[in-house]
Amino acid sequence: MMDAKYDAIVIGAGHNGLVCAAYLAKAGRRVLLAEASAVVGGAAITLELIPGFKVSTCAHLANMLHPKVVRELDLNRHGLEWAKSALPTTVLAEDGQHLTTSQNTVTGIASGADSDLQYFPKFNQRLSSYASIIKSFLDKTPPRLGTADWSDRSNLLKLGWAARRLGRDDMREFLRIVGMNIADLLEEFFDSELLRGALAWDAVVGSNLGPRSPGSVLTYLYRLASQSERGLAYPKGGLGAVTAALAAAARSSGAEIRAGSPVAKVLLQSDKVGGIRLESGEEVAAPVVISGADPRRSFLRFVGSENLDTGFVRRVRNIRMKGVTAKVNFALSALPAFSGLDAERTGGRLLIAPGIDYLERAFNHSKYGEYSESPGMEIVIPSVHDNTLAPNGKHVMSVIVQYAPYDLRDDWDQSREQFTDCVIQCISRYARGFSDSIEACEVITPLDLERDFRMSGGHWHHGEIAFDQFMMMRPMPGVSQYYTPVPGFYLCSAGCHPGGGVMGAAGMNAARQVLATEVNA
Amino acid sequence: MSVLPYQEPVLPTPLHPRTSELCRANQWVRWAGYTTVDVYYDVELEYFAVRNGATLFDLSPMIKYRIVGPEASRYVNRLITRDINKIKPGRVAYVLWCNDDGKVLDDGTLFRFSENEFRLCAQDRHLCWLHDTAYGCDVEIEDVSEEIAAVALQGPTSCAVLKRLGLSGIETLKPFELKHYDFADSQLLVSRTGFTGDLGYELWIDPRLAIDLWDSLMQPSDEYAIRPIGSQALDLVRIEAGFIAPHVDFMPADEALRKTRGRSPVELGLGRLVNFDKGHFNGKRALLREQEGETPRYRLVGLDVDGNKPARDAFIYHNRKKQVGHVTSAMWSPTCKRNIAIASLDGDAPQENLWVEIYVSKELKWEKQMVPCHITQRPFFNPPRRRATPVPER
Repeated sequence: MMDAKYDAIVIGAGHNGLVCAAYLAKAGRRVLLAEASAVVGGAAITLELIPGFKVSTCAHLANMLHPKVVRELDLNRHGLEWAKSALPTTVLAEDGQHLTTSQNTVTGIASGADSDLQYFPKFNQRLSSYASIIKSFLDKTPPRLGTADWSDRSNLLKLGWAARRLGRDDMREFLRIVGMNIADLLEEFFDSELLRGALAWDAVVGSNLGPRSPGSVLTYLYRLASQSERGLAYPKGGLGAVTAALAAAARSSGAEIRAGSPVAKVLLQSDKVGGIRLESGEEVAAPVVISGADPRRSFLRFVGSENLDTGFVRRVRNIRMKGVTAKVNFALSALPAFSGLDAERTGGRLLIAPGIDYLERAFNHSKYGEYSESPGMEIVIPSVHDNTLAPNGKHVMSVIVQYAPYDLRDDWDQSREQFTDCVIQCISRYARGFSDSIEACEVITPLDLERDFRMSGGHWHHGEIAFDQFMMMRPMPGVSQYYTPVPGFYLCSAGCHPGGGVMGAAGMNAARQVLATEVNA
Repeated sequence: MSVLPYQEPVLPTPLHPRTSELCRANQWVRWAGYTTVDVYYDVELEYFAVRNGATLFDLSPMIKYRIVGPEASRYVNRLITRDINKIKPGRVAYVLWCNDDGKVLDDGTLFRFSENEFRLCAQDRHLCWLHDTAYGCDVEIEDVSEEIAAVALQGPTSCAVLKRLGLSGIETLKPFELKHYDFADSQLLVSRTGFTGDLGYELWIDPRLAIDLWDSLMQPSDEYAIRPIGSQALDLVRIEAGFIAPHVDFMPADEALRKTRGRSPVELGLGRLVNFDKGHFNGKRALLREQEGETPRYRLVGLDVDGNKPARDAFIYHNRKKQVGHVTSAMWSPTCKRNIAIASLDGDAPQENLWVEIYVSKELKWEKQMVPCHITQRPFFNPPRRRATPVPER
């Protein structure tokens, strides 16, 4: 192979790949970032749906971007602006008696559930304090267990200390609830069906879980932990603006980004990373390769099972990563009229999650390979706050739909239109005349996420966020510290600690690990 | 209430009609779900038959996997620690396979029939591991244990017995070579392999013909002194041959509950069976780390023990004081006239001043003997006839 022109190659210019490349470049390393798609940004991109209408194709809210990433990579200087922050969340009711939450307030509680008003801030405060244990670990490398390594021990101590610091009663309560399902917990606290539905949605969105699935308190805590201070926010220009700023930051530090360059293989030389081969056949040498692709794709496709041990491959194949979340994007001729919803709230986050049972029923279908005909939804209309996205008076609407399983029993390509009709009908129950305003629409099923966005199993988070795939077990024990059994090969995707969401922490942590481990990188 | 009919808990092998007839001691042992002969008439007589004549051992319960497909040789190379490219078609090889940690899962014999057609024989079942190892490889793996019956024909007159059977040119078959012969309407596969460390062959055949084969080998008024032998006699000769047995001299790593019980090839004294230059194979990275490290954790050695009391299950001490290992297999070898043992020593155990602690029952009065022992070469018994090709006329 030719002499290495690069110190490191990052595979995949999603947000984590970009963050990782930017940090490495900032540390003076010569970095190549190879992206398969023609567009940089992975699942955080803004694309034109039809001329004049731009929409955040996959991820549509930037509520998790890690503050350290924003600050250290100086994303504001690189063009990141915010159209609107601290958006309220409204859970829609068919009768127009919607319920809205923002920060610690809730409005629209039905009579008879008045105690919810009192409990809502308490619930938030308590769970936020538990979430802070996770939060303090987002930007750290998970400790290995049973090693004599100083940093492992110190990180493990910090983790224990973070839990202990809660005090005796809170620690007990934390241990009581952390393995519970969110439905049981919400039923302890609240009477309002709508409020329960709204909070349950945050626990299950993006995960192959229903509100009554064990582990859904953990996903809720994870979401709270990763929430940035800005709250639910629209970047100006959609989510693509986040990755555009990351790309600008990476480039300004000297990283080279090559879009439209799908990687075929990680090349090994006497069992060490030697570089990559692109699908075009071109080979690029580098002693270090960091994959921003999901762990399954990274190992089974890029490294190849032939270069890995049987037990390891077995574990990679068993990483739970079956997506159940679809995305539907609309170009609209007019702002949808949700009955009883004012303009202020229409510009916020809207949920169709009118109760725990509603979501659980929707989840049931996905267990048996069916999509839900009455799914849960998260609807945003960012063009309310961002006039760069749609022509004057017109709008784009972005909808996360759950549950739509990756392994649909029927063929997704045959079922796509029926599924879309379901979604439209379901929205129309809350916004009459909605279907008349549709100028265009696109559906991205989990299968599309796998085919077009190269996420195995169509899973947003590159693997379920669950106890068995959390922290030092993410994506699986033995590779939770970003390095892998193959010397020189690293992971930096959401499949690693801390996990999914447009956060960038995995990319940041991976870059730190690479710089600490590799002499030449 | 209906009564369930009693069912035989173990299967008879295809040779059961003959072996059961001959098993005068009526001593049986279970092996892979089959009942097989432990002792036919007398362990010592059976033992001497191996070293002085020809013997038959029913090998049918051996687990056999057929491995075929366009990428079978690539697959096998990923599975085993040896380099498959050094094992030519028509050859058999003694192989090991390891888990991710470089600990031995099992040993066995690998038959290479052609570029991409293999048979793997082992004592234990491994289909799950074999299948998982096949991920991403165009290969088919099938358990063919029940499709093939087998007998081991071992001993100094074994070649003559096969010649009498009409297997022309059998005397030129080299150790670890295999050859097909016509037999009835089928084929007989002969490999010059075995577990006795003596001249010997293993014969593989369609189960329907197993009894015909047995009968044509076991002729009455036999000038070649052919006798059947059971597992106990086989275990004696295999110790003399220095072969290790799973569950006796090592724990298969996937069956050990305690993580430290697994043994690497080096720890079993089989480092020569690991090829680091052939590309990736299971356990390679762990074995490289072991190689780069200091002394291995354990060492498997052959021992000469003073006296004539077998050092079964004995502890080994340095300077009579510090415990440094234990015996895994031991016997008084009548052929070698030596008291031999296979032992697992701690990696840092000294080579000299080693003692074994043997417990001896003298008519139910137990005595403890502290006896000197010396590390020695294996195999303990290694006659020239084992390798001589062509096999000399008697």
